Amino acid sequence: MSKLTDIAPRDFSLHPPRIAPDYRSSLSRGPIHKPIGFATTMAEATGPTFGHDILGPNDHDLLINHAVDGGSAIGPRILVHGVLRDGDGRPVPNALIEVWQANAGGRYRHKKDTYLAPLDPNFGGCGRVITGEDGSYSFRTVQPGAYPWPNGGNDWRPAHIHFSVFGMAFSQRLITQMYFEGDPHIALCPIAQAIPDAAAIDRLTARLDMEATVPMDIRAFRFDIVLRGRGATLFENQLEGT
Amino acid sequence: MMAKLPESASQTAGPYVHIGCVPEFAGLERGYHSQLGTSLRAGLAGDPIIVRGRIIDGVGDPVLDGLVEIWQPDGAGQFHTNGTGFGRAPTHAETGEFVIETVMPGAVIDQNGTLQSPHLALWIVARGINVGLHTRAYFSDSVAEDDPILSMIEPTRRTTLIAQKGSNGYQLDIHLQGENETVFFDV
Repeated sequence: MSKLTDIAPRDFSLHPPRIAPDYRSSLSRGPIHKPIGFATTMAEATGPTFGHDILGPNDHDLLINHAVDGGSAIGPRILVHGVLRDGDGRPVPNALIEVWQANAGGRYRHKKDTYLAPLDPNFGGCGRVITGEDGSYSFRTVQPGAYPWPNGGNDWRPAHIHFSVFGMAFSQRLITQMYFEGDPHIALCPIAQAIPDAAAIDRLTARLDMEATVPMDIRAFRFDIVLRGRGATLFENQLEGT
Repeated sequence: MMAKLPESASQTAGPYVHIGCVPEFAGLERGYHSQLGTSLRAGLAGDPIIVRGRIIDGVGDPVLDGLVEIWQPDGAGQFHTNGTGFGRAPTHAETGEFVIETVMPGAVIDQNGTLQSPHLALWIVARGINVGLHTRAYFSDSVAEDDPILSMIEPTRRTTLIAQKGSNGYQLDIHLQGENETVFFDV
């Protein structure tokens, strides 16, 4: 028997609305109806977890995980690290974090990205890590470039890294974006600014971390992530697994 | 008791979620040695089924850059604690079709002891979706009239959650807006 927990209700005031008019894609893709809530059942209280055996040796190193012949990606070398916690402050161990991003010129390795900046033959743009027992994670990459995007005006995305995060329960599933301290595009970005709470935007902004910066090697940025915590009620149910 | 921390804000997965979550599907030549969620049937006992569908936006166009994630129990209604029962179905870059090859999930007993009809938990992300959308797929030939979740939903909208059985497997389109807007859950 495993003890399963209710997941705390989502505080939507900390998230962008389903439809944010300045972000044009959301106009036709954000549902009109409010989502319907119900008490946590098994499908929400449980979720997939993954062993370290899924990871390849360089999955956490975007500098080299797509490089050929001992090469390395072009761009400012950075190490991104932080701690994954839940809303109750507990570290979330053994959780999968996947990241993807544009290269240092602002171009994604995708056939639909036709931006002028060239592809880097040594950069793929995806990586993944599993958090340690203390909830910590880190990966190496290049700092992505800003890039223009079609949104009806002269719109440029701030430099960002996409994060996909698994917790212990499927209802904790989160996709977000990490921005960089001091980037003037954050204040101009309809996607970032769709978040109605300035402090919540600030929490998506990684800080330069000189403590973890390796001299003559790589700069570090610190980015902590918080998933939803547990609710009040507990229930027990049969859970089979390995 | 530790201090409550606010959840990190969600942001759209953007148009290139396939790079991060299904890199082989996105065409990356040197992706991961094991791409997640591609073999939902592996280790999951039950009768094989296929669910096909598209994600349709508010102007009627299929979403080409979307991803459907699936979380389900095995045929006996048991959830597993490892990656077994987790799947990913990206939408096709030209047709928008997603294909879920899995096993029929068993009915699940919820915390009140009530039986829930067999269902897949689905999570939808794409460009233009600011917070990932939770929904469910039930099956036209196994929906109980007194299902505790479906009973909460007005009958006209209930059908948006029910995959229809046809000669070619089950079919379920997900409508982000419009007359047939899918029921999404705050869970």
